[in-house]
Amino acid sequence: MQRNKNKVVLETHQLTKTFGGLTAVSQLNLRVHQGEISSLIGPNGAGKTTVFNVVTGIYRPDGGQVLFNDENISGKQPHRIVAKGIARTFQNIRLFPEMTCLENVMAGQHCRASAGLWSSIFRTPGQKKEEKRIQEVAEDRLEQVGLWKFKAELAKNIAYGSRRMLEIARALASDPQLLVLDEPSSGLNDRETEDLIDFLKGLLQENLTILIIEHDMKVVMGISDWVTVMDEGKKIAEGDPETIYNNPLVVEAYLGKDDDSEEEKI
Amino acid sequence: MQVKKIAGFDRIFYFRKKTFLGLLILFGAYPFLVSNYYIDIGFFFGIYALLGLSLNIVLGEVGLFDLGHAGFYAIGAYTTAILNTKCGIPIFILLPVSALAAALFAYMVCSPIIHLRGDYLCIVTIGMGEIVRLALINNPLDLTGGPNGVFGIDFPSVGNIFVIDSSIEYYFLIWVAVALSIYGLSRLQQSRIGRAWNCIREDEVAAKANGIDVRYYKLLAFVLGAALAGVAGNIYASKLMCVSPESFTFWESCLMFCIVLIGGMGSIPGVLIGAAAISLFPEIFRPFAMYRMLVFGGAMILMMVFRPGGIWPRKRGISGK
Repeated sequence: MQRNKNKVVLETHQLTKTFGGLTAVSQLNLRVHQGEISSLIGPNGAGKTTVFNVVTGIYRPDGGQVLFNDENISGKQPHRIVAKGIARTFQNIRLFPEMTCLENVMAGQHCRASAGLWSSIFRTPGQKKEEKRIQEVAEDRLEQVGLWKFKAELAKNIAYGSRRMLEIARALASDPQLLVLDEPSSGLNDRETEDLIDFLKGLLQENLTILIIEHDMKVVMGISDWVTVMDEGKKIAEGDPETIYNNPLVVEAYLGKDDDSEEEKI
Repeated sequence: MQVKKIAGFDRIFYFRKKTFLGLLILFGAYPFLVSNYYIDIGFFFGIYALLGLSLNIVLGEVGLFDLGHAGFYAIGAYTTAILNTKCGIPIFILLPVSALAAALFAYMVCSPIIHLRGDYLCIVTIGMGEIVRLALINNPLDLTGGPNGVFGIDFPSVGNIFVIDSSIEYYFLIWVAVALSIYGLSRLQQSRIGRAWNCIREDEVAAKANGIDVRYYKLLAFVLGAALAGVAGNIYASKLMCVSPESFTFWESCLMFCIVLIGGMGSIPGVLIGAAAISLFPEIFRPFAMYRMLVFGGAMILMMVFRPGGIWPRKRGISGK
């Protein structure tokens, strides 16, 4: 299996997360290389989203480490992890519904700004400059995802597909190195999915690395440089999309065992 | 971008500089046109406006259910009362001291409970408010005077030259405080901090995942809200010249909560309307005092059904444009 020689951006080492008696993620080793799109796939309940939540700091791992640029970030607060350069989206889109689209994207810049209480009240020159920059970055990102026309619209009022793009714009506004997308194509129609694939490929020009969870095999095969397959909390395979597609273990995890072989066992 | 049309009801109240100027003249001229009794009503309108603004930070901007806000108000008032009567420190110096005392108290009390959500936080804050009130009644260290409270608080003054001792001067004192608060808070709304607060209100998990230090901003809201309530307590204590625990009951916290809900969460003009509703209506309906609570309750229910966002909800647009 060939893999690009770029440096490793994100690495999980023996990562384990349990909920009560249930082991959601078990000793997972995952590597994401700079400048590639990696996919994490697996059947429902395989623990993919849990991996994302541990990596982005929403959950604390019960064992193992998460290394980002060789720095151990496991157990750190989510806002610190964003500041280090990992931005994410959610499977069930989580926007700020009563705020405008522009304000939503501006929230992404929060960790790149520093104005405090007094400078905000007295509008110091530094704060004004910073606000202007926040707004410019947000406007650029909004334009990039094609939602410029909705900039003054409340986030709750725009269409589902647009909301997904808005969430991606918000994540991008934090100037991340690694973009973590949780099922970005779910709920999108074929055409929107194709646009999304093109968009994500385009993002690689910005020196970004992307890690996605995906169900849609068409998307996975279309954009991934590297695919990791999980089942029941464990990694069962990894490789380039072609290899994964033909791996019997993966087919089994997704479709179940062949009926004939089951019968033979009995 | 074409300007969005503002429909019906909202059009009347659309905030513009002219409206602002009109309000300024109205509030400035009011005390010269009416008797002392009505000036005092205007004063209490101001107190409730300040309290509403302070709770609006916590409840309106961040969406934290705080039903113990009277506790912070009490801390501010008693700090002023005790330090003034026992140590003779002038009221004006005690203004920032009271704000700091209430803020410090909020910081200490809220630090361990800040991670609680929704109704859980609500219940703990009710307990906090009640503990403050009961502590004041129990007269710790012989400082608070028990159920009778503390008497003989001075007028605010700078030496003997500038003394605030009439209704009209108190009226201006409180409204200057309200105006300064509005000035500061409206700027905060349009800043990174205000947006962070709103993000937390809208979706806490998403706020975290977008780099907002949720704990810090929640605490900041509580501390700032408590400081403003402390300022209100300071002015209230010197106006009444005495403080007693019965001024800081759970009912006061409820009134502040109503002010924010009636006006519209996170809306500064809304808070003013809410404060007017709470402080002026009881005066207007004084002849029907028996039915006051009935009318009030009915009005709240109608409001929640027909205008759940409040009378004047905050309008969002592009900041600065």
